[in-house]
Amino acid sequence: MMASSYNAKEEDGHHSVSAASGPSAGPSAKSKKPDNTAFKQQRLPAWQPILTAGTVLPAFFIIGLIFIPIGIGLFVTSNNIREFEVDYTGVDASSPCFTCSQTYSWNSSIPCKCAVSFSLEQPFESNVFMYYGLSNFYQNHRRYVKSRDDSQLNGDKASLRNPSKECEPYRSHDNKPIAPCGAIANSLFNDTLELFYIDPNGTRTQIPLVKKGIAWWTDKHVKFRNPGGNNFNLTVVFQGTTKPVNWRKYVYELDTDPENNGFVNEDFIVWMRTAALPTFRKLYRIIQKKSNMTPTLPRGNYTLDVTYNYPVRSFEGRKRMILSTISWMGGKNPFLGIAYITVGSVCFFLGVVLLIIHHKYGNRNNSADIPN
Amino acid sequence: MECTADTVALLWMGRQLPLSPGHFTVSCFYYTIWNFIPKNLFEQFRRIANFYFLIIFLVQLMIDTPTSPVTSGLPLFFVITVTAIKQGYEDWLRHKADNEVNGAPVFVVRSGSLVQTRSKNVRVGDIVRVAKDETFPADLVLLSSDRAEGTCHITTASLDGETNLKTHFAVPETAVSQTVSKLESLQAVVECQQPEADLYRFVGRITVSLQGEEIVRPLGPENLLLRGARLKNTKEIFGVAVYTGMESKMALNYKCKSQKRSAVEKSMNTFLIIYLGILLLEAVLSTILKYAWQSERKWDEPFYNEKTEQEKNSSKILQFISDFLAFLVLYNFIIPISLYVTVEMQKFLGSFFIGWDLDLYHVESDQKAQVNTSDLNEELGQVEYVFTDKTGTLTENEMQFRECSINGVKFQEINGKLVPEGVTDDSPDGYMPHLVRVLLHQTCTLSSCFFTGEEELFLKAVSLCHTVQINYDQTDGPRDTFLQANGVSDPVEYYASSPDEKALVEATRRMGVTFVGNNGENMEIKTFGRSEKYKLLHVLEFDANRRRMSVILQTPSGEKVLFTKGAESSIFPHARSGEVDKTRVHVDEFALKGLRTLVVACRRFSAGEYEEVDRRLHEARTALQQREERLAEVFSFIERDLELLGATGVEDRLQEKVQETIEALRLAGIKVWVLTGDKHETAVSVSLSCGHFHRTMNILELVQQKSDSECAEQLRRLARRIREDHVIQHGLVVDGTSLSLALRQHERLFMEVCRSCSAVLCCRMAPLQKAKVVRLIKTSPEKPITLAIGDGANDVSMIQEANVGIGIMGKEGRQAVRNSDYAIARFKFLAKLLLVHGHFYYIRIATLVQYFFYKNVCFITPQFLYQFFCLFSQQTLYDSVYLTLYNICFTSLPVLVYSLFEQLVHPHVLQSKPALYRDISKNALLSFKPFLYWTLQGFSHAFVFFFGSYILMGEDTSLMGNGQMFGNWTFGTLVFTVMVITVTLKLALETHYWTWMNHFVTWGSIAFYFIFSLFYGGIIWPFLHTQDMYFVFVQLLSSGSAWFAIIIVVVTCLFPDVVKKVLYRHLRPTSTQKSQVIEAYPGTSCLDSACCFSEGKSGFAWLGRLVERTMSRCDLARVTSLYVIFYTSEQHLFIPSVGTPPNPTPFLVLSAVRNSSMQW
Repeated sequence: MMASSYNAKEEDGHHSVSAASGPSAGPSAKSKKPDNTAFKQQRLPAWQPILTAGTVLPAFFIIGLIFIPIGIGLFVTSNNIREFEVDYTGVDASSPCFTCSQTYSWNSSIPCKCAVSFSLEQPFESNVFMYYGLSNFYQNHRRYVKSRDDSQLNGDKASLRNPSKECEPYRSHDNKPIAPCGAIANSLFNDTLELFYIDPNGTRTQIPLVKKGIAWWTDKHVKFRNPGGNNFNLTVVFQGTTKPVNWRKYVYELDTDPENNGFVNEDFIVWMRTAALPTFRKLYRIIQKKSNMTPTLPRGNYTLDVTYNYPVRSFEGRKRMILSTISWMGGKNPFLGIAYITVGSVCFFLGVVLLIIHHKYGNRNNSADIPN
Repeated sequence: MECTADTVALLWMGRQLPLSPGHFTVSCFYYTIWNFIPKNLFEQFRRIANFYFLIIFLVQLMIDTPTSPVTSGLPLFFVITVTAIKQGYEDWLRHKADNEVNGAPVFVVRSGSLVQTRSKNVRVGDIVRVAKDETFPADLVLLSSDRAEGTCHITTASLDGETNLKTHFAVPETAVSQTVSKLESLQAVVECQQPEADLYRFVGRITVSLQGEEIVRPLGPENLLLRGARLKNTKEIFGVAVYTGMESKMALNYKCKSQKRSAVEKSMNTFLIIYLGILLLEAVLSTILKYAWQSERKWDEPFYNEKTEQEKNSSKILQFISDFLAFLVLYNFIIPISLYVTVEMQKFLGSFFIGWDLDLYHVESDQKAQVNTSDLNEELGQVEYVFTDKTGTLTENEMQFRECSINGVKFQEINGKLVPEGVTDDSPDGYMPHLVRVLLHQTCTLSSCFFTGEEELFLKAVSLCHTVQINYDQTDGPRDTFLQANGVSDPVEYYASSPDEKALVEATRRMGVTFVGNNGENMEIKTFGRSEKYKLLHVLEFDANRRRMSVILQTPSGEKVLFTKGAESSIFPHARSGEVDKTRVHVDEFALKGLRTLVVACRRFSAGEYEEVDRRLHEARTALQQREERLAEVFSFIERDLELLGATGVEDRLQEKVQETIEALRLAGIKVWVLTGDKHETAVSVSLSCGHFHRTMNILELVQQKSDSECAEQLRRLARRIREDHVIQHGLVVDGTSLSLALRQHERLFMEVCRSCSAVLCCRMAPLQKAKVVRLIKTSPEKPITLAIGDGANDVSMIQEANVGIGIMGKEGRQAVRNSDYAIARFKFLAKLLLVHGHFYYIRIATLVQYFFYKNVCFITPQFLYQFFCLFSQQTLYDSVYLTLYNICFTSLPVLVYSLFEQLVHPHVLQSKPALYRDISKNALLSFKPFLYWTLQGFSHAFVFFFGSYILMGEDTSLMGNGQMFGNWTFGTLVFTVMVITVTLKLALETHYWTWMNHFVTWGSIAFYFIFSLFYGGIIWPFLHTQDMYFVFVQLLSSGSAWFAIIIVVVTCLFPDVVKKVLYRHLRPTSTQKSQVIEAYPGTSCLDSACCFSEGKSGFAWLGRLVERTMSRCDLARVTSLYVIFYTSEQHLFIPSVGTPPNPTPFLVLSAVRNSSMQW
């Protein structure tokens, strides 16, 4: 394992060593004299950096000079991102969804609807991404995270009939295996959000929401697969399984589009990627840019129509709808820019301090006073 | 026939005993192929860390834990396997060596003929034939040899290293049985004691039946041929096996490794316990918090996350315990599992460098340094006290006869002639009358015309009273030599177990009294060409208690004479006549010059006296019980009423560079104590000449204390003197008797005096006393690390007692070497061994240990922090494959390579500036402060990893250009990626010596992590129910923000550390750091520029080099000026290593090398 085939580059002695045999090979039989190789004599050529003010100073200045512009760039980029957030949980009695949040239970068959109006102060250019956000929802709870069967979701027929034990207690219902099984699938977010633009003249225009491209490409095409491929009749394929207890529809009824139905439904896939923290958002829809002339979402009033299905009151959760534009670096995140500016400035500042120290104490750093 | 309790082996000659103890093979190894796995596993799990991980593994198997059993099972398996391979390999080596011994062919007399068998099949009672230059397969009692008198010569070099020929004897009754057929008819019983380890003790007797008559003969060590010894100068011998296999003396002396533990290992265990405490604290805290959260149902069991039936129904207490255990499992990686195995590998591989070091290779004796245990490498860097033997360690143990005192007249040897005191031989043509005499005596035929009777008697006594052997190898057969007329010119080589004897016999040869040979019965000397035969009647062997040896001879004229020689203290009290007072003065003078003295005396027996002596000796020698006591009694009866002949002074040359070495050790803050058996005056003079004592030192004496109170009084007086003039250095001389008094009652006072003395010399020490002194210092309140160095068997106890035992491969046998932890050829090598190797090993292992704890804190603390965000549900932050591989793949190699190759200062600087050794004394790098520093750093880095990632992506923003979101596994992977990079670069910051291997493993580890993650996340793994990591890593890397986050977190973590290092270096530099800089001048010669760029920080090395080239600020003037500093420091100190000549060339070479290495 130790570079045993290494032959010394630097051999400042006579060539008593056979070049082919590595350092482990013994010296000639007669003499016990150790080989004079750089390896054995611990004289391997080496770079010996020393951290002194002199050596790190340039590094500090360089880091400072590089980081500060990067930070400013990141900060500006982040600031150019438009983001709008509306909470539609309906906690206050005054809020439009209050009734829904109070009366709703899993068992009610009639969906509760409410509409939240809001206005955008500034137009949203280019593609706008629509998220739903949940708070106090512990998708990262261990019992929750492991309650899934990726084999089943990958279209494995055996797992479809006999899901993993990890799915308990959402593994079977009425003696039928649940597809998709597990707590994550069972608690699929099922509010429907629709967005309307209110013209200054009062007409409601529905904004087209694209539901393609919200899940990771690899998830949609590789990790999640319907049993028997997507071409089969899903109703037949899922015969003998039952829907998750909290669901209203069977998994093969999630969408009419066969490309987006069953396990490969993108809303479902997005939900199945468990969030890291209890407050999270998930991509819901994409609002495509229409043309270069008009902004995607112009300034003005909007209504968010909510089909209020998802109860969060029991765990003091909140539901939000977020509209956001996206840059190359993702959503609005001023932190990164600030961090770069801070670290860059501190580096630069310390560089100056070190420069002073170096000039003041530089000559203390010699060997004259080593006790001998 | 009296049968004593310790008589076990009853043997009938020529007949095999049916109840023989069976055959054993010699083995000190633990394992056979069959028991290797169970036994090795058992041994390994006795280690607390391994056992801990086994428990964790079992817990994981039994209860539902957050991580799969694989996560701790696999690293445990890895660790156990690596250790098992290492131990198996070492054992295999022992097996191999053993099979060579056990499988050797042997000829045994069976049913009237010689049968060839293997040495392991030799049974007790077998008659074995051994031919010339073969080794003995078992402990044999010599029955006969090809010589009529039944003697043979052997060397015991492989047993005790003594290369001299030893004569062993057969009893006359069996000596005649020189053929197989004669042996068949031999009827005899051998009785011997239980097997014991002492090589030089054997008590037994043989009863031979000759024509119905039983003859009893004693058997002693001189009749026993030890297994492992080699037959010399004798064609063949027959012997009966008495101890075979495991019972042979060699096997009993075959000690397994000493179980010494280094200070580093002790602190390592302390750290482990502290971390175990942290682990338990975290687990308890988490469990409590979990139950605090769970008290509300909305957190415990929200609608989306219901419990299974089983969880609902299980008992609360069981649930609680299992929760606690689950947390324990979750955080268990805070105890670094691979620490032990890495430390072991480091020690095992690292110790090769000692043996490979050319500077520790002694050309004349063709000996390189030898490592017997690699467990103590780092202890070499911690030594506070060095206890050294004098003879053979500080001195060459190469005796040269210098002076003698004959009958009250002092003589010096000058050019092979004996010259009375006061006459110098400066001028080649001196006209002193004695010189005429000297010049003449080559041609004179009558000895009396040159030497007075006393002088001649003295010379004869010296040339007869010894146990020296002559090597007949060239002539093959002693007879030829005996017959050769011109003995003086013949290059006869003497072999002696004691170098003093050899020196004396050689000296008398130069003076004309030549010892020609000893054929067992007769000793033959030639006095000025005239041959004289003395019948050798008895030899009263040397022993350490009597401190003298004697021979009883029959002179050619038929007179029976005893010659004795020994230490003056053991002869003078028994001297009845002769110039006692004058000789005593001379002996003291010799001692003052540092010569080793021996006093020679004789005694003439009347016929009646001799008969009594002979009878008593025979009785004592044949005694089966208390033989030694009885012999001692008889010896003291014989050796009295002596007639003093004179005294000899033999010089023992100092080894080279002893003075420099002692000085270097002293500069390194190491206290050097010399412990010797020599007498006070000799010891002090050697001490002065080797620089142990300075002329300016105030030498305090604690000698010849007779009583307890007197000793205490003297101690108090000394303590007062030290307090009064504390300005000058003090040296203390203690002798054995005073020491035992001082140790009995006044240990504290004695210690106090010793500690304030810069040099201590203990003379007249018995071996056990040496060990006692070492133990006294070792167990004193500060628990200093002690090192004992010696070459002889009398140093073994001290070598074993000290924290580090070093054997000198000298002339006094290999016993010290075999019992030592390290063996070197010369005392001067100690400087490099301690100052360079010790320093390196200590730095390496200390950083290794600290770093290991650091990286595991970094590893597991984010996991702990994550629990605050997942309701303490024990959700892991990292995927289990990452959990498993972190310690064994991603971060294992850089630290191992670091710990093998790190050199923070150039070895030459370390050696030329011994004071640097003080920087690491008292386990400085593993004391509480650095430990706290590393631990806190670990925690703070972990906080930065976790909260950096948290702020970046936790606050629910998208990080990707397509607006998609990351999940919990991506979050964990981000933390993990940042961690692997930071932890690896942290080590890079600590590295001062970047060989290509360091580069390879450092960048290789990071690259491997990326490649592995891409691969691991790139496939849907078959047979797994979760595919959590599928494409997670790729998605992470596809996010620009993530890259920026990784860079900023890594820089933020390492930045304060760099600042701290730089500030400390400038504001409070240690000597080591200062010397790094001087070393950097001739080396990189670019202190001010970016040439010495910190690679660790951002991998901008290429940039640094670019800057270096463009700016070319590495000016030459500076190189030269620094060379001067370097050079001046050379002048008064030595670099024994490469033999640096006092001219600048080597440094230029050095700098050239360094510069070329920069380009790497």
